[in-house]
Amino acid sequence: MTGSAAPAGPVLRARPGRPPWPLVLPALVGVAFLVLPMLGLVVRAPWPDMGRRVTEPDVLAALWLSLSTATVTTALCLVFGVPLAWLLARTDFPGRRLVRALVAVPLVVPPVVGGVALLLLLGRNGLLGRYLDAWFGITVPFTPAAVVLAQTFVAMPFLVISVEGALRGADRRYEEAAATLGAGRVTVFTRVTLPMVLPGVGAGAILCWARALGEFGATITFAGNFPGTTQTMPLAVYMAMQRDPEAAIVLSLVLLLVSLAVLATLREKWVNTA
Amino acid sequence: MRDLPLGLTAALTAAAAALTACGGGTDPEAGEMTVFAAASLTDAFEELAAEFEARHPGTEVVLNFAGSSELAAQINAGAPADVFAAADTATMGQVVEGEGLNDEWAAEHGEDGAVFATNALRIAVPADDPAGIEDLDDLAGADVSVALCADEVPCGAATAAALEAAGLDITPVTYEGDVRAVLTKVELGEVDAGLVYATDVRAAGEGVTGISFPEAEEAVNAYPIGLLADAPRPGPAADWIDLVLSQDGAAVLAEAGFGAP
Amino acid sequence: MGEHRVSVLCADLRLSRGDFDLDVALSVAAGEVLALLGPNGAGKSSALRALAGLLPLTAGHVRVDGDDHTRTPVERRPIGMVFQDYLLFQHMSTLDNVAFGPRCQGESKADARARAAELLGHMDLAGYTRARPRNLSGGQAQRVALARALAVRPRLLLLDEPMAALDVSTRLHVRGRLRRLLEEFDGATVLVTHDPLDAMVLADRIAVVEGGRVVQEGAPAEVARRPRTPYVARLVGLNLFRGRADGTAVALDGGAVVEVHEAHHGPALVAFPPRAVALYRRRPDGSPRNLWELTVDGVERFGDQVRVHLTGTLDLAADISPAALAELGLVRGDTVWAGVKAAEAECYPG
Repeated sequence: MTGSAAPAGPVLRARPGRPPWPLVLPALVGVAFLVLPMLGLVVRAPWPDMGRRVTEPDVLAALWLSLSTATVTTALCLVFGVPLAWLLARTDFPGRRLVRALVAVPLVVPPVVGGVALLLLLGRNGLLGRYLDAWFGITVPFTPAAVVLAQTFVAMPFLVISVEGALRGADRRYEEAAATLGAGRVTVFTRVTLPMVLPGVGAGAILCWARALGEFGATITFAGNFPGTTQTMPLAVYMAMQRDPEAAIVLSLVLLLVSLAVLATLREKWVNTA
Repeated sequence: MRDLPLGLTAALTAAAAALTACGGGTDPEAGEMTVFAAASLTDAFEELAAEFEARHPGTEVVLNFAGSSELAAQINAGAPADVFAAADTATMGQVVEGEGLNDEWAAEHGEDGAVFATNALRIAVPADDPAGIEDLDDLAGADVSVALCADEVPCGAATAAALEAAGLDITPVTYEGDVRAVLTKVELGEVDAGLVYATDVRAAGEGVTGISFPEAEEAVNAYPIGLLADAPRPGPAADWIDLVLSQDGAAVLAEAGFGAP
Repeated sequence: MGEHRVSVLCADLRLSRGDFDLDVALSVAAGEVLALLGPNGAGKSSALRALAGLLPLTAGHVRVDGDDHTRTPVERRPIGMVFQDYLLFQHMSTLDNVAFGPRCQGESKADARARAAELLGHMDLAGYTRARPRNLSGGQAQRVALARALAVRPRLLLLDEPMAALDVSTRLHVRGRLRRLLEEFDGATVLVTHDPLDAMVLADRIAVVEGGRVVQEGAPAEVARRPRTPYVARLVGLNLFRGRADGTAVALDGGAVVEVHEAHHGPALVAFPPRAVALYRRRPDGSPRNLWELTVDGVERFGDQVRVHLTGTLDLAADISPAALAELGLVRGDTVWAGVKAAEAECYPG
């Protein structure tokens, strides 16, 4: 009997089978490694007075500052990062390899160093900052704008790298098809390329937002720490840790839960529309 | 173990015994001795460690510098340290209540450790002093940007005490998480002034000028040192503390900007 | 052939990349369909991409309706192109796919959609305007791609392997339908294919491309009957030989002589189909004019026939029935007599 003749009656479908343990075992270890430390937070949290602590004005202010700055940061990264990713993926300008390497620098550099670098550039005596101060009376450090800049510095690579990967994976022949239909390069980008790589852009934006939300080192160095103005949740956690570890746990949990809720909602939306 | 061959079981037991043997039984004077010390002590203790190792050949001083409260948390969590030198008495108190100090040593030197140095606040201004700061009152000026330590950290407590003594209410642009961060902002000229310790001004060199002010006397930080209850090397550790408390130790500490106890 | 009609496309395509080198001159009249037929890597797709402006020419020119478009960017050429996998935009409805071109040319959204709806209706796709491309059948997707290409009112229509994405069972029907739709187009059409059947059915004229050159050009029937290269002969299923004719006898380059029914003189090509070859175990008595003793090189199934490959003074293929094969009992290495009637052998100047 060969397989060409289909047997009459119900088809016997091959069962998918159990996933192989050489994959499952390391995966379980991976999950445990990521989740168990969070469990530590949950177990040690002072649940009885959680409600009171969470609604303290300083906590709410820090939470609001974190969410709003991370969102503005993501928007900035999209505005500048998507075109940058396009240039890296689709053009061949001199020094492109160098630029690609430079884009990854914030991933390697400790965020505190990034903060110092931003101070040296945009600080009151910085390369650019001194002119901003002298000509326009603008000082960037110690403002919410500085928080956004610090977050953008560390989060941008996540967006650029995801979007560049999506662009390189996209079938360029669709862009050629659009060109033969009379679409100029900008139209091709907005009407064809961007919709095609939208999942990559979405993934990059989510990574970018999450990274911005957790940003600490560059923020505290460049933007400082002042409640309501530049004290984001991670900074509030760090400060609380110095005196009141329980408060730090509460703040960490709040940050964790809010970011999980936002990511889950975004993901849901994403899966439904894609 | 039931299914293991007898020979293998014996070999494992022997190996375990050998490992245990490595932990003790050697020259009590030789080996490593670990000192956990507040970050501000870095320069002074490194110099003293060289001196100590010269006097005690075979003993290596391992220095671990960090914020006092982080070190206290590490010690109470079981970190293998012999000596703890804190930047304030409150932090030493956490360790006294946690792991505790060596009873014998504490009976001789004090239940809450021995104070070996003090550190007083200074106004730190950039070398060009753009805001023309001369005393503490100038920090309250409307156009003066100031960096202070956050209340949560030891230097912040000292700052609050000094400002209270002066009857001043200063709104800084930032509450930094440690004193070095305040110093960095001053060094880069991002703020017109900051309150830091005398030792920080000394360590910063020419980029920063220190201005002393009378109210600083109200918030002098005492640096206590103690031999820990679970110290693996109590003998050399006691010798180290003696060196720190000696005249030679005081000279090195004074060079780094510390005051006498 | 288009001698009596005006040439819409007049192109001299020359480009070299690495060791590949293309040199193809094309001329296509209004309403005419030209097929570029050739093996993979022959350069036919490069020629098509060069016409579209997707590949820059090293030298030569592209003229459409007398206007020089050699340096016109892709988006401003008067072209419409149907790609191999159709490349319909997956994030748009069928209607918006077709309306895309008119929108890019500056038409209002309403006008573009009206034109798209009209084209889709004409292609019997009125019920699929809101469908997503991934939900269309292969034949429907092909018509949407054609509608999208025609929506920009091109003068030159380019089709890259339009049948390749379809499964074999639907090809016959879809091919006939595409033929009728192409007949309605009044500009010039160039289509690229490696399938001789597509070329025969869809095109008015075939240009065979091999190694970057046009090696034969003519009406489909002409190309099918009188192949000029072994590649074309194999495509159309003929035995082809090159030689020198002296009357009805053609002396082949390999030494054998073939008797043909039509007299010629000078360099000539001889072609005859494999089914015209008769095989005998023994030398037949009432012998045909052409008879060679050859060796069996291989036997393979070919449709409901069996194809026997023979080698010797000349290499040829013979198609016989399975019953005849059983009777002859041929295996590789056997010696066999092959006969061809002179009336079956086509001879033409080489």
